[in-house]
Amino acid sequence: MVEEEGFRRYVAHIILWIGIAIVAFPVYIAIIASTQDNALIANGQMSLLPGGHFFEVYYQTIFVGTSGSTREPVGNMMLNSLVMALLIAVGKIAISIISAYAIVYFRFPFRMPIFWIIFITLMLPVEVRIYPTYKIVADLHMLDSYAGLSLPLIASATATLLFRQFFMTVPDELLEASRIDGAGPLRFFWDTLLPLSRTNMAALFVILFILGWNQYLWPLLITTRDDMQTIQVGIRKMITTTDALTEWPIVMATAVLAMLPPVFVVVAMQKLFVRGLVETEK
Amino acid sequence: MQKQAIFQSRLLPYALVAPQLAIVLIFFYWPALQAVIQSFLLQDAFGLSTTFVWFENYIDLFRDPSYFEAIVRTFFFSFAIAVSSLSFALLLAVMADKPLRGSMLYRTLLIWPYAVAPPVVGVLWIFMLHPSLGVLSRYLRGLGVDWNPLLDGDQAAALIILAAAWKQISYNFLFFLAGLQAIPKSVFEAAAIDGARPMRRFWTVTFPLLSPTIFFLLVVNIVYAFFDTFGIIDTMTRGGPGTSTVTLVYKVYSDGLLGGNLGSSAAQSVILMVMVIVLTGIQFRFVERKVTY
Repeated sequence: MVEEEGFRRYVAHIILWIGIAIVAFPVYIAIIASTQDNALIANGQMSLLPGGHFFEVYYQTIFVGTSGSTREPVGNMMLNSLVMALLIAVGKIAISIISAYAIVYFRFPFRMPIFWIIFITLMLPVEVRIYPTYKIVADLHMLDSYAGLSLPLIASATATLLFRQFFMTVPDELLEASRIDGAGPLRFFWDTLLPLSRTNMAALFVILFILGWNQYLWPLLITTRDDMQTIQVGIRKMITTTDALTEWPIVMATAVLAMLPPVFVVVAMQKLFVRGLVETEK
Repeated sequence: MQKQAIFQSRLLPYALVAPQLAIVLIFFYWPALQAVIQSFLLQDAFGLSTTFVWFENYIDLFRDPSYFEAIVRTFFFSFAIAVSSLSFALLLAVMADKPLRGSMLYRTLLIWPYAVAPPVVGVLWIFMLHPSLGVLSRYLRGLGVDWNPLLDGDQAAALIILAAAWKQISYNFLFFLAGLQAIPKSVFEAAAIDGARPMRRFWTVTFPLLSPTIFFLLVVNIVYAFFDTFGIIDTMTRGGPGTSTVTLVYKVYSDGLLGGNLGSSAAQSVILMVMVIVLTGIQFRFVERKVTY
């Protein structure tokens, strides 16, 4: 181990704390602003210390929404975001794990073409095919629905590749053993492969949940009804072009509520998060 | 590489790939194909008739100075975001890689912004630097800066770059830290025995050994700046003032939705697809090299 002198160590600690301060400052301001009076903020006289309106602001944000005519309680938006994120995460894992299983453990005509068809989707995010996708979802009458919100975002190969890679490392002896025990392909998948994939699935779930919760452009396009808004779309609509009408404490409370679930997931499940991040390179 | 132990079944594998194949074909290939077809069509103003116009949409795009500006702007944004975020993250990672007390805590406190969504990032930063009510704008004005990103295009661009780089710090930090921890400590010891001072050790040992991570992150950051900045731009400036923060993705969105020019929007989508494929291709080549490194 290379010895670090005391002075250099202090410098390292200081630089890291400066980094943490820079990273945390915008969020600190948001939390502070969400406890203050709108008039004070609108005048540019916001205090840098917590105000006394915490309960009032959060109650209004979660259960009532802004005072505008198109108000929508943020609690409902969070529910929409939650359903969408869960559908994307669970849906992607479910369809990917079975297709990876087929591609690794079976030989069948068109196996490689099918693999390539799925693999190529890795390259193109939804942003580059946004309007044609919108049109298809509209033709299928899936605008303003959870299916419309989640299905187009499930169409990607990351998870399939990951499971394929993992299955390749599973020793062949396991399959021989369960075959001797008389297990068929479905039994082997359910009793042996799924339990082995548990950590991979969990790591993937953490990443996909965060990505799903944070989706913006797609929900913005396909939700027209206020009660189908996700929180990311809702917060944008709260910032009115005429600044005077923006209710900043509610906007900031919404920002805090929008950050809470994914940040909690990152901090509480850090190991899985890091693993999922490194594996998917998202 | 193929498995030796496999199952025999005629229909089961097809049933297993069917759900993913269906979703990919309906929501990926079909729209992508539509984008390509649409990019060769021109629709009249009322949407009543369409004519096949070969490459007219593309030619129009490249003749349009505002599209050219958007390309230059997008690359400039990408470069500025990548360089500023990468260098700051590298500094933090090098510090966190030292055997310090509380290094796990530092890591936790630095990685969570990954989870903040782009539109929320936009809202946080525009609030801090809002011309009339931002808490930081007061100080900027105190320093004599005429700060108004809602009217000044350069300031708006700077604000977008700042916010986007802020969000990306945690991701870059995490990968740099992993990259640093993968370097065998004996290499540093050897350099130290040879009498290399810490700064020299960094530039002659750490930096070269970290170069695969740096290249990888550069590509990821550029792709991020291409796409994920949409939410930041849309909440902060909506492309304005004028068109000074319109990137390629933002232009696809605004030309298609607000302008209703679907042919041009589709042609832009196709150009973006080609760009992403090239970037991903570069990344894959690199990932392959990483394996044999």
